[in-house]
Amino acid sequence: MARFNFVVNGAQHAFDGDGNTSLLEVLRDTLKLKGSRFGCGANQCGACFVLIDGAVVASCDTPLWAVDNKSVTTVEGLGRPDSPHPLQAAFLAEQAAQCGYCSSGMLIAAAGLLARCPTPTEAEVRAALERNLCRCGSHNRVIRAVLRASGQAR
Amino acid sequence: MSTVLPAGPGSLQSNPRLDQWLHFSGDGFVDVLSGKVEIGQGILSALAQIVADELDLPIDRLRMMAANTELSPNEGVTSGSLSIQDSGSALRHACALARAHYLEAAALRLGVPATTLRIDSGNIIAEDGRQTSYWSLVEAGLADLAVTGSYPVKSAADYRWVGRSVPRTDLPERIFGQPCFIHDLELPKMVHGRILRPPSPSATLSSIDVEEARASAGVIKVVRDGSLVGVLADSARNADSAVVKLARHAHWHETESLPDENTLASWLKSQSADSRVVEVKSIADGSSAPEVDRTVRANYSRPFIAHASIAPSCALGRIDGDRLEIWSHSQGIFNLRKDLALALAMEERQIVVRHVAGAGCYGHNGADDVAFDAAWLARAAAGRPVRVQWSRADELAWAPLGPAMAIALEADLDDTGAVVGWRHEVWSNGHSTRPGRAATPALLGSWHQAQAFVPLLAVNVPAAAGGGAERNAIPLYAFPSWQVNNHRVLAMPLRTSALRSLGACANVFAIESFIDELAHATGADPIEFRLRYLHDRRGRAVLDRVVEMSGWRAWHGREGVGHGLGFARYKNSGAYCAVVAEIEVEREVRVSRLVISADVGLVINPDGVANQLEGGAIQATSWTLKEAVRFDRKRVTSDNWESYPILRFSEIPAVLIDLVPSTEASVGAGEASLGPTAAAIANALFDALGVRMRDLPLTAERIAALLLAAN
Ligand code: FES
Ligand code: FES
Repeated sequence: MARFNFVVNGAQHAFDGDGNTSLLEVLRDTLKLKGSRFGCGANQCGACFVLIDGAVVASCDTPLWAVDNKSVTTVEGLGRPDSPHPLQAAFLAEQAAQCGYCSSGMLIAAAGLLARCPTPTEAEVRAALERNLCRCGSHNRVIRAVLRASGQAR
Repeated sequence: MSTVLPAGPGSLQSNPRLDQWLHFSGDGFVDVLSGKVEIGQGILSALAQIVADELDLPIDRLRMMAANTELSPNEGVTSGSLSIQDSGSALRHACALARAHYLEAAALRLGVPATTLRIDSGNIIAEDGRQTSYWSLVEAGLADLAVTGSYPVKSAADYRWVGRSVPRTDLPERIFGQPCFIHDLELPKMVHGRILRPPSPSATLSSIDVEEARASAGVIKVVRDGSLVGVLADSARNADSAVVKLARHAHWHETESLPDENTLASWLKSQSADSRVVEVKSIADGSSAPEVDRTVRANYSRPFIAHASIAPSCALGRIDGDRLEIWSHSQGIFNLRKDLALALAMEERQIVVRHVAGAGCYGHNGADDVAFDAAWLARAAAGRPVRVQWSRADELAWAPLGPAMAIALEADLDDTGAVVGWRHEVWSNGHSTRPGRAATPALLGSWHQAQAFVPLLAVNVPAAAGGGAERNAIPLYAFPSWQVNNHRVLAMPLRTSALRSLGACANVFAIESFIDELAHATGADPIEFRLRYLHDRRGRAVLDRVVEMSGWRAWHGREGVGHGLGFARYKNSGAYCAVVAEIEVEREVRVSRLVISADVGLVINPDGVANQLEGGAIQATSWTLKEAVRFDRKRVTSDNWESYPILRFSEIPAVLIDLVPSTEASVGAGEASLGPTAAAIANALFDALGVRMRDLPLTAERIAALLLAAN
């Protein structure tokens, strides 16, 4: 047992427990932040992506000890219905989802991209989302939404 | 007023009571109950548009309720692209009756004839300005009203919501990461359950030592019944690690029950089968038997394909006394209830199944199975609710698969190159083991208990419902004669069931590839060749439009770059769809663009239809280029996203969609584009390389082998 301190969406948290617990489980089951989704548990699909100090990371295979003293942003931390992140507004404008199970991870991956590259090319958008799987085939809408959010409406 | 769409009363016939569909609640909202469920296709939003129009209400006054077996009309399964036909039609007529009923009640209250009243946002207004509303007339209830016939519904000219790209009402919660999936549902005192699945389809449990798992942190109980073993724990993580410990101490008896994955087509053809003639078309009376100059033959195949939803299947179950409650993302909650009752020896009236959205669903996946798992474990949970979520590996290996198929085609040509005879044979397992349709349950766990139910053999849905393996096997071209045969393979080493479009994708892939082959063999242009035999006006229109829109005639091919076309009318009675694929081949096939023209009848929501058509085309591109369930002689080996790859962002084609304006009856769009897309890609590959690939998927290894053989 140890104590881990980390920030989630701007709020400080302390977690006493096994440092090998996955960040995704702590987010979903302890902090009740259900926005990060479970898809594979093996860093293969992107449904659980979060930003850790700005880097896009699979929370499903990130142990808690690895986020000690770090700052985590989940999809809930990007924006809210009354103050949406530009990406969330763009996803809605483009209706960029079908089932939406992949959306949280896509939004996080795209947010990570825009933070380091505010006006990406389409190829850069595709590359940034390469680790995110979508079975419904919403990819082209997602690409349009990311370009729209970067001020490059097409 | 006239009936434009949907014409008949749909699911009203079996659910005639108006209060099964609509509740006017006192707070200014209308609760709308449909038996159809949201599976990521936007159906509830489309149905809301229909209701808003018929009731003269703004869409934000409607609450689309998730279906449950206690309150919702029983509309069977949400499948086959039938929801707009079934539920849309029923709701339209139910709303028309409700509207007429409230107009009458308002007329009585206001003392004016009903014909002088108008409705605006639910307010019912007299000519002199006095008004009442649906909600102030609630006591004029709907409870005793039954819809016995058709009521005059609005004409297309009066639609305000239908036909517009109204944003989906359920997307914001998904985009803001709110709890909206079954995976997010938590109940008080909930515990976590997991099942130890066998390592292979035919495995049986010889022995297991459960002590280590029982002593594992947070474990509440280990449960075993025959080869079915499960665990209850206080957290998901503790349940997972207990299952790992169970696996370590389990001894399974496994057999080599699986065929050779490399020779599936010949395996299918060599099995005993239930063989049936699907259709014979004979030469018209009076015409003489044609002179056959030559016969062309070709064989096509596709492998087993996984649903591969991004989320693993999940369910919650709770037992309270003799009552079972289940939360499920099943496509057919009433059928699930029936099979749960069979499997657990309960009465259906003791069980309630509530639908909660899951991730995208493309057919009969693990949703029903995991509901059984949750119910079975709930019996050991002393009244506490149990949440079960499958692992990714179980999802890919244990959910039913889309069946492998082999297809043989033959065409008789006369000396002018005209088709004078046509034969189509399909070999495949059945395309349905859906729950609710057999005398024993279709639920995986119930096949592993000590008193096991026998695993169901897959069947094909009746021709009236579009057929299964033979879906779209009857040609859409006006050849003078044909015979179509279907061989339902009776050995079922891998569990198969309904996957998006059932047999249609492979049959259309085969037919449209073969048409292309015939055109080339006779020196004809592939478009002209199709038009020669395609007499259906709407079919010709989508072909013409896709040719025009894709710039087909101005295309300049070169080595390694090609374009191809595929066309079908889904189920021979649904949506028309033509696709042009443009591809580049280096080592692998890269689809650069798909141009799609479709006629789905009257469009409820153009953006929603475009989303469905594009999603189907991208999924079909993934199937066509990459997907095959992998296995050795015992086990399914493609149980993660590396061994079962699907299309990624770098591989996604640009997609251009054209919808034919139409006032014909609306039909579903979700399955129409798959077959034409698969065929268009294969035809483009021939255009690019001059080799014909007849076995899916079109992988780099297969292309290399074919090129080698051709040289
Ligand atoms: S759930 Fe974390 S990458 Fe799939
Ligand atoms: S929208 Fe369903 S998985 Fe992406």
